[in-house]
Amino acid sequence: MKGYTWRISLILLFIIASFVYLTPTLVDTLPSWWSGLLPKDKIHLGLDLQGGTHLVMGVETEKAVEGSLDLVATDLEDSLTQQNLRYKSIARVGNDKVQLVLYDRGSADAAQALIKKKYPDMQIQPATDEAGFIAMQVRINEKEAQVRKDRAVAQALETIRNRIDQFGVSEPVIQREGLTNIVVQLPGIKDPKRAIDLIGKTARLEFKLVDETVNAATATASSIPMDDELLYEKRADATTGAVSETPIVVKKKAIITGDLLTDAQIRIDSQYNQPYVAIDFNSTGARLFDQVTAANVGKRFAIVLDNNVYSAPVIRERISGGSAQISGSFTEKEAADLAIVLRAGSLPAPVKILQNVTVGPSLGKDSIHKGLMAGLIGVLLVVGFMAVYYKLCGMVANFGMVLNILFLMGALSALGATLTLPGIAAIVLLVGMSVDSNVLIFERIREELRLGKTPHAALDAGYDKAFLTIMDSHVTALITAAVLFQFGTGPVKGFAVSLSLGIIINLFTSLVSTKVIFDAYLERAHVKRLSI
Amino acid sequence: MELLRNTNIDFMGLRKISFIISGIVAIVGILGVIAIGRGTTNMGIDFSGGIAMQVKFTQPVTTQIVRDALGKGGIHEVELQEITGGNQILVKMHKSEKTAQSVEEVLKQQIPGNPFTVESSTEIGPSIGEKLKKDTLIAVALSMLGIILYIAWRFDFKFGVGAVVATMHDVLAMIAVFYVLHKEVNILLITAVLTIAGYSLTDTVVVFDRIRENMHKSLKDPMFVVFNRSINETLSRTIITSVTTFLAAISLYLFGGEVINDFAFALVVGVVVATYSSIFVASPIVALWEKNPEATEAKAA
Repeated sequence: MKGYTWRISLILLFIIASFVYLTPTLVDTLPSWWSGLLPKDKIHLGLDLQGGTHLVMGVETEKAVEGSLDLVATDLEDSLTQQNLRYKSIARVGNDKVQLVLYDRGSADAAQALIKKKYPDMQIQPATDEAGFIAMQVRINEKEAQVRKDRAVAQALETIRNRIDQFGVSEPVIQREGLTNIVVQLPGIKDPKRAIDLIGKTARLEFKLVDETVNAATATASSIPMDDELLYEKRADATTGAVSETPIVVKKKAIITGDLLTDAQIRIDSQYNQPYVAIDFNSTGARLFDQVTAANVGKRFAIVLDNNVYSAPVIRERISGGSAQISGSFTEKEAADLAIVLRAGSLPAPVKILQNVTVGPSLGKDSIHKGLMAGLIGVLLVVGFMAVYYKLCGMVANFGMVLNILFLMGALSALGATLTLPGIAAIVLLVGMSVDSNVLIFERIREELRLGKTPHAALDAGYDKAFLTIMDSHVTALITAAVLFQFGTGPVKGFAVSLSLGIIINLFTSLVSTKVIFDAYLERAHVKRLSI
Repeated sequence: MELLRNTNIDFMGLRKISFIISGIVAIVGILGVIAIGRGTTNMGIDFSGGIAMQVKFTQPVTTQIVRDALGKGGIHEVELQEITGGNQILVKMHKSEKTAQSVEEVLKQQIPGNPFTVESSTEIGPSIGEKLKKDTLIAVALSMLGIILYIAWRFDFKFGVGAVVATMHDVLAMIAVFYVLHKEVNILLITAVLTIAGYSLTDTVVVFDRIRENMHKSLKDPMFVVFNRSINETLSRTIITSVTTFLAAISLYLFGGEVINDFAFALVVGVVVATYSSIFVASPIVALWEKNPEATEAKAA
């Protein structure tokens, strides 16, 4: 058998490449000359092995559409007022319409012309007479609504990424999944609850005037004026931790919103040693803030985040310059997180946590330890068995199996794939299956030897006859592995990656690597009897 | 060393016994599948939605203490399970409105003298569970289809069907075992089942390969003789591979730890069943289906 030099070279090349890719994992501190193109990433460990949190979040995209229709309603109110068109009410109805109620046909026609010009994409439904008023509905078309929903998810993804970046998690995974879901993986975090709070906060910041004409203490949602709403200010007592809720009635319409911010920072009040969040407005925000404070000195101004009142201070004087502060009874951590969400921007729609898998770091370490231990024992058992059963040839098979594991680890590392606990299980299973190829070959060789062939001829015939069987069995296994990869999530995907890589690698080791050892050995040693 | 040599076991003759055994196992498996479909067996929260938390206390606790504590906090429908080693309790709730966080808070309030850490917590909303169920069904169906097509192309349609029937048998057998032992049906079990499906096919393909080879060699021999000879010839390989894979799987089961325990158990069961089915299920089906030339001639005469 000629021409095994290239095969040996190929195998050596793979061995070297595997070790190069595995070096960052095996060596704690890389030497100084290890630079440039040489890989620096350790094998990625799945969350089940290093601890961490896996979240699937659903973006409530309906709310994004509703929100944009609310904006349209507010905008129409302003535009109609500007044109001196009188209206009775303008509000969103249902989740895809805005309804206008006007006093006469003439203003209805004028309003219709205005809407056509401003919102060409909206469908205007014919105006109807309703108890002396003219009612008109404007509907957002389905395609446009879909575009908004889509944009809301993309925006939410971006916002969440910003927040996580500022929170400081190494190697987070933030991906869109399906139409409305976002997957977030946070490896190795110690305080998952804090992270989830931070990510899940809608962070819609609004400044609203307090309606002092209504007695908040006795107000109910139905007793307050149409354009007011009832909110609560939550205060936690610093010493007892008891939370008290104070009702506050505010104007529904927000005067300034969080998208006019340029920055938010945590500061500490030197007098009371209390943390607060200092915010800066952009030029529009600064101008608005200046105007509003000037016009409402002596009144109260509520700072509302996600419909909770943080504080409602009295405006003592006109505030110009575009900065303000949000104080409330929060801890330093809470203030810091508030600053992060304000800086990163608000979510275009609320998110709901659909799936939350958290693995503590100690369980992760425990799993690694046990997984590796079980793997090692499994490998040793198989190695022992093969050595006893097939003697020298068994050792060759064992060598092939070790190569298999080495190549697989190298490939996982090179591809940046993730090693999970089921992944370790897949490797152990592969050990069993990698042996299978060799067993197939060896059994064939034994048969050939029994027919009286020379070792050399028996070997070649054995490999030849086993070839197709090995191919068939590997391809079928690969089909299931590929399906698992396509449809699996989390640990299952990790399992499928290890399995399919392993199958491909095993095909190479069993048909090329072990064969070349036999070839080289037979060529040099001129053996009379094969140790099989 | 050699375990077996020139065996001559009449596997085909044993088919009546094996069909009865397999039939019973398959029926139990089908019952298990129905139970899974209706969600009446021990469903993991992957599919049903809910919360699973592994809580580790600093001092020993009993499930009764934890149950009382949760009950006082207004959490009633909960399954508790002690985990061997180190004061750990597994808290499971199906289709619950509560969150893992609220469970944690209740425990903290009601058991103040025994601080704990949450080793792991899983919360799955019902919509994800439904999606997972659908994805899993598609995955199983697709892989089966892919395999039938591949084997039909490489061998013959009859072999493809035989292989898939044997594989289905193994899948049902694994589900039957989990159903009877009331073990949890979760995503890891599905993974194990699909893995074994791959393994079982490998096993079957090897036997089929030899059958095909022998069918070409001896056209005159009756089908059962050819099949028996082929299975006997590959028997030592079948057993050795099963033994090595079994060794690997059993070490995962014994030493792999709590998280992987059921998964490894499924693999152990699967390896055994897969070996059995390639010999006693797949081959007889194909043998019975193939027209036996001598038998037909004898009838005609």
